[in-house]
Amino acid sequence: MSNNGYDYTAVRGFALSALFWLIIGLVVGLWLAAEMLWPALNFAPWIAFGRLRVVHTNGLAFGFALAAIFSCSYYMLQRLTGTPIVFPRLARFHLLLFNVAIALAALSLFAGMNTSKEYAELEWPLDVVVVIMWVIFAVNVFATLIKRSEKQMYISLWYTIAMTVAVAVLYIVNNLAIPVNWTKSYSIFAGANDANVQWWYGHNAVGFVFTVPILAMFYYFLPKSTNLPIYSHRLSIVSFWSLVFAYLWTGAHHLMLTPLPEWIQTVAIAFSIFLIVPSWGSVINGYYTMQGNWDQMRNNYLVKFFIFGITFYGLQVIQGPTQGLRTLTSFFHYTDWVVGHVHMGTMGWVSMIIAASFYYMVPKMAGREIYSIKLADINFWLILIGQLLYTVTLWIAGIQQGAMWKATNADGSLTYSFIESVAAMYPYWMIRLIGGVIYFIGILVFTYNIWMTLKGTKKTSAEATPQAA
Amino acid sequence: MSVYSKPVTFAILSVAVILVGTIITVIIPMMMPSTQPVSDYIKPYTAVELEGRDIYIREGCNNCHTQTVRPIRTEVARYGEYSKPEEFAYDRPFLWGSRRTGLDLNRVGGKYPDSWHYKHMNSPQSMFPRSNMPAYAWLARKELCTDCAFRKVSVLGYGYSEDEVRAQMNEYKARVTSQDYGSAAIRNEVTPEKLQGSLTEMDALVAYLQKLGRDVKEVQKMGSVPVAEASPTAAQAGNPFEGDKAAIEAGNKLFQTNCAVCHNADGKGHIGPDLTDEEWKYGENDSDIFSSISGGRPEGMPPFGPNIGEDDIWKVIAFIRSLGK
Repeated sequence: MSNNGYDYTAVRGFALSALFWLIIGLVVGLWLAAEMLWPALNFAPWIAFGRLRVVHTNGLAFGFALAAIFSCSYYMLQRLTGTPIVFPRLARFHLLLFNVAIALAALSLFAGMNTSKEYAELEWPLDVVVVIMWVIFAVNVFATLIKRSEKQMYISLWYTIAMTVAVAVLYIVNNLAIPVNWTKSYSIFAGANDANVQWWYGHNAVGFVFTVPILAMFYYFLPKSTNLPIYSHRLSIVSFWSLVFAYLWTGAHHLMLTPLPEWIQTVAIAFSIFLIVPSWGSVINGYYTMQGNWDQMRNNYLVKFFIFGITFYGLQVIQGPTQGLRTLTSFFHYTDWVVGHVHMGTMGWVSMIIAASFYYMVPKMAGREIYSIKLADINFWLILIGQLLYTVTLWIAGIQQGAMWKATNADGSLTYSFIESVAAMYPYWMIRLIGGVIYFIGILVFTYNIWMTLKGTKKTSAEATPQAA
Repeated sequence: MSVYSKPVTFAILSVAVILVGTIITVIIPMMMPSTQPVSDYIKPYTAVELEGRDIYIREGCNNCHTQTVRPIRTEVARYGEYSKPEEFAYDRPFLWGSRRTGLDLNRVGGKYPDSWHYKHMNSPQSMFPRSNMPAYAWLARKELCTDCAFRKVSVLGYGYSEDEVRAQMNEYKARVTSQDYGSAAIRNEVTPEKLQGSLTEMDALVAYLQKLGRDVKEVQKMGSVPVAEASPTAAQAGNPFEGDKAAIEAGNKLFQTNCAVCHNADGKGHIGPDLTDEEWKYGENDSDIFSSISGGRPEGMPPFGPNIGEDDIWKVIAFIRSLGK
């Protein structure tokens, strides 16, 4: 218990869980990057690329990002409603169940128990656990919202509500399956319908895990860290509703030029382009909030995380719809370009906003200042450089690979065999691995800084606090 | 009071908003048979192929291999006819994939003989030194578990009886363990002795890979897609590069990239037949050999016409002819 009766046990527990799974997920990611170069590293079935990649994506999307989202949601929920969490013991149980589920998820994926549906690979018993866990979370969210003492719900709470209901719908529908036994099931959908449901889910997992709750953090922690009110309330209303409306139409842009009916592909692309508008609504809202106070980029160590983060988000939402256009998808899809695209979102946008949110929230919660602003700055530059090296390299790699696949001789025959297009990637994959290592060191600095802040070796700091209150 | 101060109303409204796009682009297509058409030509997987498919899923092959050939000219040239929706009627889950770290596999069935797959799965680098695919040699050291086979096909509604499932398993086992099996030598090389008489996980995976795109190829055969042949003038004129030293050198290079994997660097054969002896299975004339290379032959000779083009085929033939001397 802290001041005002707010309960931070679950907040702190989820923050530490996030850091733990972040490091595990990144170690796995680095190993995968090395396997791309040296296939001998696939020395055992459980560590072979096909199984390990799933541990990486699930570990980071759900182990890291979701834990960070739960942590910040429980924090913002209490602060924005002015009400302590209604069922604190349930929140602690949520924390326990979450970590058990993620650990079992990792083990089962290593063992090869997976449904093959991207970001929904867990077999059905774990799906049931995930749904129970989500209901527990939702109970606390709505109970606290109903009991709140603050009348108006601030923007961040809208995004939290949207995430809570949307993820429930998406997760349940995409995981509908008929069990064969405890470790194996078959999707109830077949072929093109299964693909359509999967990417409706897959793209909206990006939307309602990597976007909506991260925007909730952005809308709360940016004004808090800068002491500046958000630029436009009306713009945030328009952005919110058009974002949550349009996102659900766009999944099929992952399936361009496949046997999925063409009209679904076309509709998906139209809505993807439309999505630039609400996404940039939030980007602009962020930029204009800083109007007249851009000196904080230099003086307030947190602002650069938020501004670079939202900038990567802005770039991401232009790149995404563009690469989905039929002509461009025929060139870029299935190459490393798309891998670069995803990693700008996760390493640039998601992890920068989560880092800044933790840097603001953890000292507040611990009742002391951040362990080291200098380390936070080092953290920032390392993850920025690592991410850019990683993503830009893979874009170039994707352009080369796409061009090699399409190259033809004068008589119309293919210029390159497939293996030549693989061999051409090795230098890029080496740079990608280096980028990943730099990013990983940045994350170790981040983890150390948060850990030391929580441990509280430093009661008061000589370093200036960036925020007034 | 606005909706921004009513959390439950807000949540209900949010659900309504997200359901609009969901219903129109996901639920309604599900009600339309044209989204996932069913064709008589496309047969469900046999129980063995299904076990292979489940191994493909377990090992996460879909993380590096796609199974949709897009209607793009270079893609059709590389892989074969583009994918049709009816091919996927029995795919639960679908396995279209999202990244081609390796090649697309939707047309791999029948492209190579089984022996190619045994050798490749055992050690991809033994065939393609620059490949980064993990070796799956251990699949040949695991006996296939068939305990759930009937339950699996029942869940999927493939309509086989328990006896039929058993018969499918036995039939396939008899095929791959027989001494007459065309790929017996290489299968025995990669399979430990005590499992050579049983079905291994690798056997099932090969069965699955050989099924991919097979039915569509059968449909095409019934139509009028001819085996690519040398243009009549070229066939009459014979090989324009016969005896041309530079062309033979170029042919050698092409041979090493495209052919050596199966016919060995010296042309003496391994997975594919010996090209230096007197025996020609499909005719000894230049135009016959041209047809074999360009259009492929059954039992595992893939068509190279679209990949390397007419001139280069003649150069390869010039090189092959130079081997006999």
